[in-house]
Amino acid sequence: MEKFIIWLLPLPPLLSFFVILLFTNKNKALSHSIAVGAAGLSWLGSMIIFIRALGVKEFGKHIFGSSINWLPTGSTWLRIGVQIDPFSAVVVFFVAWTVLAIFVYSIGYHNFGQPKGDHDVAGLPPHGATVTENGHKHTIPSIEPMYSRFFAFISLFAFGMYTLVVSDNLLTLFVGWEIMGLCSYLLIGFWFGKPSARNAAVKAFMTTRIGDVFMLLGIAFVYSFTGSLSFSEIFKPEMLHALASTPAFFGLSAAGIIGLLLFIGTVGKSAQWPLHVWLPDAMEGPTPVSAMIHAATMVSAGVYMVIRMFPLISAGWTEGMPLNTTMSVIAFIGAFTALFAATIAVAQNDIKRVLAYSTISQLGFMIAALGVGAYVAAAFHLVTHAFFKALLFLGSGSVIHGMEHGVLHTGEQVDAQDMFNMGGLRKKMPITFWTFLIGGFALSGFPVLTAGFWSKDEIFAEAFGNGHLAVFIILAVAAFLTAFYTMRQITLTFFGKPRTTAAEHANETTWTMTVPLIVLSIFAVGFGWVGIPEQFPGLGGLVPNWFHEFVGGTLAELPKAVEFSWVPLITSLCVALGGLFLGWLMYRKVKSPKQDFLQIPVLKNKWYFDEIYNFVFVKPAYWIAEKFTSLYMDQTVIDGFLHSVARFSLFLGHAFRNYFDKPVINEFIGDGTGNVVKVSGSGLRKIQAGRIQYYMVVSISVLVIFALLYYFMIGGR
Amino acid sequence: MSIPLNWYLILAAALFSIGLFGVLSRKNAIAILLGVELMLNAVNINLVAFWRYLDPVKMAGQVFAIIVFAVAAAEVAVGLALIISVYRRRRTVVADEIDLMKW
Amino acid sequence: MTADKIIFLLCAVLILASALMVVTTRKLIHAALWLVAALFGVAILYAVLQASFLAVVQVVVYIGAIAILFIFAVMLTRREMLDKGVQTRSNWWLPALLGLLILAGLVFLILGQPAFGRTAAEMPAGVDTLRNLGTALVSPDAFVLPFEVASVLLLAALVGAVYIASGKKE
Repeated sequence: MEKFIIWLLPLPPLLSFFVILLFTNKNKALSHSIAVGAAGLSWLGSMIIFIRALGVKEFGKHIFGSSINWLPTGSTWLRIGVQIDPFSAVVVFFVAWTVLAIFVYSIGYHNFGQPKGDHDVAGLPPHGATVTENGHKHTIPSIEPMYSRFFAFISLFAFGMYTLVVSDNLLTLFVGWEIMGLCSYLLIGFWFGKPSARNAAVKAFMTTRIGDVFMLLGIAFVYSFTGSLSFSEIFKPEMLHALASTPAFFGLSAAGIIGLLLFIGTVGKSAQWPLHVWLPDAMEGPTPVSAMIHAATMVSAGVYMVIRMFPLISAGWTEGMPLNTTMSVIAFIGAFTALFAATIAVAQNDIKRVLAYSTISQLGFMIAALGVGAYVAAAFHLVTHAFFKALLFLGSGSVIHGMEHGVLHTGEQVDAQDMFNMGGLRKKMPITFWTFLIGGFALSGFPVLTAGFWSKDEIFAEAFGNGHLAVFIILAVAAFLTAFYTMRQITLTFFGKPRTTAAEHANETTWTMTVPLIVLSIFAVGFGWVGIPEQFPGLGGLVPNWFHEFVGGTLAELPKAVEFSWVPLITSLCVALGGLFLGWLMYRKVKSPKQDFLQIPVLKNKWYFDEIYNFVFVKPAYWIAEKFTSLYMDQTVIDGFLHSVARFSLFLGHAFRNYFDKPVINEFIGDGTGNVVKVSGSGLRKIQAGRIQYYMVVSISVLVIFALLYYFMIGGR
Repeated sequence: MSIPLNWYLILAAALFSIGLFGVLSRKNAIAILLGVELMLNAVNINLVAFWRYLDPVKMAGQVFAIIVFAVAAAEVAVGLALIISVYRRRRTVVADEIDLMKW
Repeated sequence: MTADKIIFLLCAVLILASALMVVTTRKLIHAALWLVAALFGVAILYAVLQASFLAVVQVVVYIGAIAILFIFAVMLTRREMLDKGVQTRSNWWLPALLGLLILAGLVFLILGQPAFGRTAAEMPAGVDTLRNLGTALVSPDAFVLPFEVASVLLLAALVGAVYIASGKKE
């Protein structure tokens, strides 16, 4: 029964995609109903699976799985199938909730129910419609022209994510991975009329592609070494042992190389340094897209994959050992990215950009956790982050919506996304404010009450407890900055006085947008309590650390919980509370960017990485394409060669015509035979002189000659 | 009759050759016909000689000779008529000038 | 050399000399007259060969009709010709050569046949050649058909000659 449901989980969104695109594109209400209905069906299936999974004792050893023979390969079959083990059960839980919340949110975000805009075109964001009310004209937000298309795309997106989560083999995982890559391209460039959106879409696709190439190499390596792509095959102890002990390139074992290659895929997909450049630009898409792709699902897919491949990455490693090379690389990149992105986030003014860099930073946390071997902590933070980051993004969308309402109302041309144009929205948009606050606190790791605290604390504990002090310190600094910029964001947006008239006229948004916010905030608060460590002072032991037991059971051996130590706890409390307080302190009186001394150019400009990449990669690529390949190779060399071949053929043609065809064939043979006949004819015709005696002389001569010949040669006496 | 047959035959052959020479080498058309007559006479001599020397009882030889006479006469008549007709037309009896059938 | 041989030789000389004169003389009327002489010689030869009827027919038909016809034709075409210039074609040596070759060939063939060397047998007694000739000419199982055809031929020639020579009024 469960197997049946698991197979069907990705199906409703896929069907919704096709149905909306093919049939219901014109009917907006029908399209969103189909999409939300499909998301709801998948949600229902996911809940059933999750609850069933909870009921199985030692679920890690008795996972739900089902596979079929798919591709015949010589004497064996390549199998594909689905599985739900403890880790993916939890993941499918949060995916279902966040997807459903975002789908419902999108209805309100794209202004369903509002009139069509005055001069809205498909491909550009809607600009508002003028209505007359009580003889008083004002502009109100208008409905998105490409409404149904949006729901089709996010349905396809949901299909990709579900496929990735339920697969039991690297192949279908990669399929889901790539479908999500495609959808991120389609959705970032949703408003294709904007050049910035188009460029951002291409940038996202290209950057993740780089990661995907290496990931594909890793998958190929796995297949060639093990002969299978199924997780159950790869993660068998004998197989892992073989992988760990076979040396491969660069001094690494086969497991190490594969882990590294697959990790590079995650670096691209989860926007870690150095492939982080696409995620901030991806904010060009509509906010539900940002929430879905870049908070809840797609970037989490990168972390999901690397968590899934943890047995491979950590093959040969056990707790207490120094990290192997792959894990060191992973830990380094994760920690570095966490700090790096946090430093940029403090200088951003766009509300969504702050969240984008925050996502990069938090993903760095998860990856660093995995790098030091804290499997359960990484998974925990993945789940909690999904909830509160989706909440924050949707909340920011709500803020922007409110600001746009104000913009349209007042006619003031301000950027609705710039935090320095906001202020005092606490009073205007209360639900948004409170939910955003909860999300922000969760992100910062506000103690006890928020889920973020528990998951971040666990990461700190693992890092410190296993002696990875460098990672611990870097992550602590990043956590401080996280709290700081989060509070900066909240203060600038919600506290104080409105800085523009548009902000004064902001409104709370509709229920389709606020209800998902409320739902997600419940999770952002409550989900942390399923993972309270046993040895936590006071609260520990009251509630069993269900998360650790459940998810930890995914691995072959249950990882043991780290020893409790006060240092990480105190550190996390200090950084969280200190950062929050400092942020509030510094920004509550700030009215304009000039008063913000953190607007350092280097930080504002993202450490100039975009410019560096442009110089090092993009410009040379263009040069190669335009000058080298097109001009030199194609036009000069290849076309030149072809032209000279053509010239040569032409020359041959002419030569044949003029030197062979005309003189020999035409004149010599053609006219020649004619001439021969003519000359011989005119010569021979003189025989017919018309004179009798001449004829007779000739005939008698011939007769005599023949007679003589006859006599002398044949006859004769 | 002690003349061997081949005397007659050689005579006829010589006459024939002379007639042939006349036919082939004379300009005047009438002179050509004269040559033809000589040749016919040579043939007749042959015929009669053979008649007399081989079987004088059967009259085939003489009959043949008589037929030759008749034919020769007819031929001369028609030929001369033709020559006169041509002469009237083209005012010439030189055989070489009657060459409208040339190429 | 018996008497008939001498007669034969004289006859032969007459015939051949006349024939030569026929084909070489310049004046055409002379040629016609020399032809008469040659024909006369042939008649004598028929008489020597005991074909007396043929001798007479030769004189009457050939000389009396054909040769006269020739003379008439010569007269009728005299104005143009006037026997000026050379009467033989310029390449007369080729016909001469041909004639000689043919003569040589024929003589060679004749002399090569021993059967032709015989002499004539005596005429069987009681053979009336004239009567036999007449009978042969009209006898249905002899040569009446060629005879009749020959007469038709003569008729045709007559009609044709008259028609051709009459000339159409232009």
